[in-house]
Amino acid sequence: MNDLATYNFAYLDEQTKRMIRRAILKAIAIPGYQVPFASREMPMPYGWGTGGVQVTASILGPDDVLKVIDQGADDTTNAVSIRAFFQKVANVAVTTKTVEATIIQTRHRIPEEPLKEGQTLVYQVPIPEPLRFLEPRETETRKMHALEEYGLMHVKLYEDISRNGHIATTYAYPVKVEGRYVMDPSPTPKFDNPKMHMSEALQLFGAGREKRIYAVPPFTEVVSLDFEDHPFEIQTFEKPCALCGAENVYLDEVVLDDRGGRMFVCSDTDHCEDRRAHGHAGSMLASTQHQRKEPAE
Amino acid sequence: MYVAVKGGEAAIANAHRLLADRRRGDRSLPSITIEQVVEQLGLAVDRIMAEASVYDRSLAALAVRQARGDMIEAIFILRAYRTTLPRFGYSEPIDTAGMLVERRVSATYKDLPGGQLLGPTFDYTHRLLDPSLIGDEPVAAPAMKEPGEQAMRVSDILDGEGLIEGDGQMPGGHVAGDLTREPMEFPMPRDLRLQALARGDEGFLLALAYSTQRGYGRTHPFVGEVRIGEVEVELDLPELGFAVSLGTIRVTECQMVNQFKGSAKQPPQFTRGYGLVFGQSERKAMSMSLVDRALRTDEFSEDIVAPAQDQEFVISHADNVQATGFVEHLKLPHYVDFQAELDLVRRMRRDHEAARAGQANGMKEAAE
Amino acid sequence: MSAVPLLKVRDVSKFYGSRIGCRNVSFELYPGEVLAVVGESGSGKTTLLSCLSTRLMPSSGMIEYHMRDGQYRDLAHMGEAARRFLMRTDWGFVHQNPADGLRMTVSAGANVGERLMAVGDRHYGNIRASASDWLRRVEIGEDRIDDQPRAFSGGMRQRLQIARNLVTSPRLVFMDEPTGGLDVSVQARLLDLVRGLVHDLGLAAIIVTHDLAVARLLSHRMMVMKDGAVIEQGLTDRVLDDPREPYTQLLVSSILQV
Repeated sequence: MNDLATYNFAYLDEQTKRMIRRAILKAIAIPGYQVPFASREMPMPYGWGTGGVQVTASILGPDDVLKVIDQGADDTTNAVSIRAFFQKVANVAVTTKTVEATIIQTRHRIPEEPLKEGQTLVYQVPIPEPLRFLEPRETETRKMHALEEYGLMHVKLYEDISRNGHIATTYAYPVKVEGRYVMDPSPTPKFDNPKMHMSEALQLFGAGREKRIYAVPPFTEVVSLDFEDHPFEIQTFEKPCALCGAENVYLDEVVLDDRGGRMFVCSDTDHCEDRRAHGHAGSMLASTQHQRKEPAE
Repeated sequence: MYVAVKGGEAAIANAHRLLADRRRGDRSLPSITIEQVVEQLGLAVDRIMAEASVYDRSLAALAVRQARGDMIEAIFILRAYRTTLPRFGYSEPIDTAGMLVERRVSATYKDLPGGQLLGPTFDYTHRLLDPSLIGDEPVAAPAMKEPGEQAMRVSDILDGEGLIEGDGQMPGGHVAGDLTREPMEFPMPRDLRLQALARGDEGFLLALAYSTQRGYGRTHPFVGEVRIGEVEVELDLPELGFAVSLGTIRVTECQMVNQFKGSAKQPPQFTRGYGLVFGQSERKAMSMSLVDRALRTDEFSEDIVAPAQDQEFVISHADNVQATGFVEHLKLPHYVDFQAELDLVRRMRRDHEAARAGQANGMKEAAE
Repeated sequence: MSAVPLLKVRDVSKFYGSRIGCRNVSFELYPGEVLAVVGESGSGKTTLLSCLSTRLMPSSGMIEYHMRDGQYRDLAHMGEAARRFLMRTDWGFVHQNPADGLRMTVSAGANVGERLMAVGDRHYGNIRASASDWLRRVEIGEDRIDDQPRAFSGGMRQRLQIARNLVTSPRLVFMDEPTGGLDVSVQARLLDLVRGLVHDLGLAAIIVTHDLAVARLLSHRMMVMKDGAVIEQGLTDRVLDDPREPYTQLLVSSILQV
């Protein structure tokens, strides 16, 4: 019992990694198709990124530079925990800089900085099946994909418009990949959907609990479902980031006090820091520094 | 290379330090030993072994101690260890007819070859708190036959008359599936379903089994037999050309006998539901056998009318490590998605207000 | 009526083990023609309908359909994708129980629009306009377009199901006891509506019913089934006014004349 703690590079044994890489290759060959794979039990809970971790572990090499984000940020606890895991089991270089990373594992966001050729974005996916909440049965949804029967998906969007006047899906917004498979982009805000289209980077999606891997190869068409007269549109924010002044980025709402005070800041912490380092400043930068100095006030 | 990241890391480290403190509790009390857990909380150890699919009492005891007594956490820890273990081979099927039984009861026969053996059971104990257990009073040695004995299986008695379906033959060259090594697909064959049930959450299976008794997929069950005891595990070594014994394991087996009126394909005969669990757990083995039978709708042309009969539903939700992970992941930050929803709700409320204001104006104009 | 049959059915049989569902059924159906299949429950008429509509695979025999490209295709040899495509474009199926043919939890507009979206229509305004037009044609108020069928009466649900089927301009519609669960007065209105639509659109239809009045009102031709076999067929007026088989005579005499 004392010699337990010997693990292979990046935790998974090479046999398992090969099995996962085969699934990844198949996924890349059929963009948007969900490939079943023999997901392993991981030392973190199901639903906490076991799919993404297995994909990352399978493609990670000693020379890779890894970045892990959750909600766009490098310092959220689960991102910290996953990054620490790979440092421990693979002793791999890590970074918070999007441009420096060769592999970026993410939950719920795509970095603002456009990804480049040679980079791989690994998404953690809770429910890979875009049709799941319209049809709970796996046997039926696989048939619907096989026969390209996606009318039901548009029924849902139709109902949104007839009820609300617009499509009321804000995240996990379904896309069609390379004109064939309808795919769940994982619960990223729809703001990030356009970044998937013709991306230079390889995008891999891992769902551990549901045992599925799917992929969007570089330079692949990714189109958000919509109607001609109700085209897909992304969220817009009224003000720029309060810290770095960035516009056209996704913002988090931060509650400042119990009197309705709010500020909006970049969800992508690396992007925000980078901009500030280059001298950009938002409207609240001075005042938040002031608040930090005098918290008792 | 190491890049420092703010906040999170220190917080996590501190949380884990506090966890270690709470796990140890009052330092003036002696630390509980692995041996004590194995010996004195044996059924907890059994459940962890069963649902983690690892037969090792010491590791299970270590896991439950590490998990502060949280069973699902302990199962999770042991499973995460299991997954890294290499596979040397697959054992021969165990022969439960050759079991050295310590307990064996049948509800279908008053007496039978080998007799009814009560064994170490809670049955017929009066559930009164026992103050003598507060201290450490001496416990009398058991009175039992040595060292356990073999007994004919009830299913074999019925099979002799052709009254019950046989064990069935696997197609030639069939390799038993392994859920932990192959992707899951539906419809799932019975060997994989049984594996999923054997690893499944005891509470979930108990509730499903109970539901079949209350009419949600009724199967008219009788306990043909429950037996608990040691069976030998053998591994066939191609180099040697014969099977060698790896040792014995303790298992609980339940053969549930179910009424069946026959169909176009089969004559009227009793059918079976099967339950097999590591260690001693009658509750789990019996629940498993009821659910196994309920899931065999295809074989007997039965309509699926209840949750316990629906294999996608049962198998997809029986795993407590999967379930707890996904339920608990809701506490992870979701503020990016929530932000998107906030924005939407605000927009919809504005539209709603505008529509109401418009209506009010319209009514005012109409009134004027 | 065109000279080329839309559907050619030859010696279709269906067995359930040793039990007979239907046996050796042959007929041809021409565009615009309405065929009623009548018989008591257990006569095999529903089994036949299921075989014709590819919901069941016949044990033997051949069913060929005249595709829009002018070719005859053997339904048994069509892939599932092609069969499903046929089902939601060129064919319709009206169930006895509207809940089996409708999505009860989505709006009437989406129920009608689904088939349009399934074949690639991506203009919300056009889909809604078509849905609205079809609701009007089946006499459902256009203001009900956003209501779910759960809030509809039995007759309205059945009319909605018909609209949902007809929106893609199918050439062949199967109907299984379409007036089965309805009150007599509601039945009459529905039959009038179906008769008008079938006539206006030049639809071919196969209607399974135990109700000879439905056959009389809607069909040009009828087949009488008993114990899985067709025992008499001909022009509807001829069969009803001058039944030849004793069983048909019994059926006809046992109903009130319409």
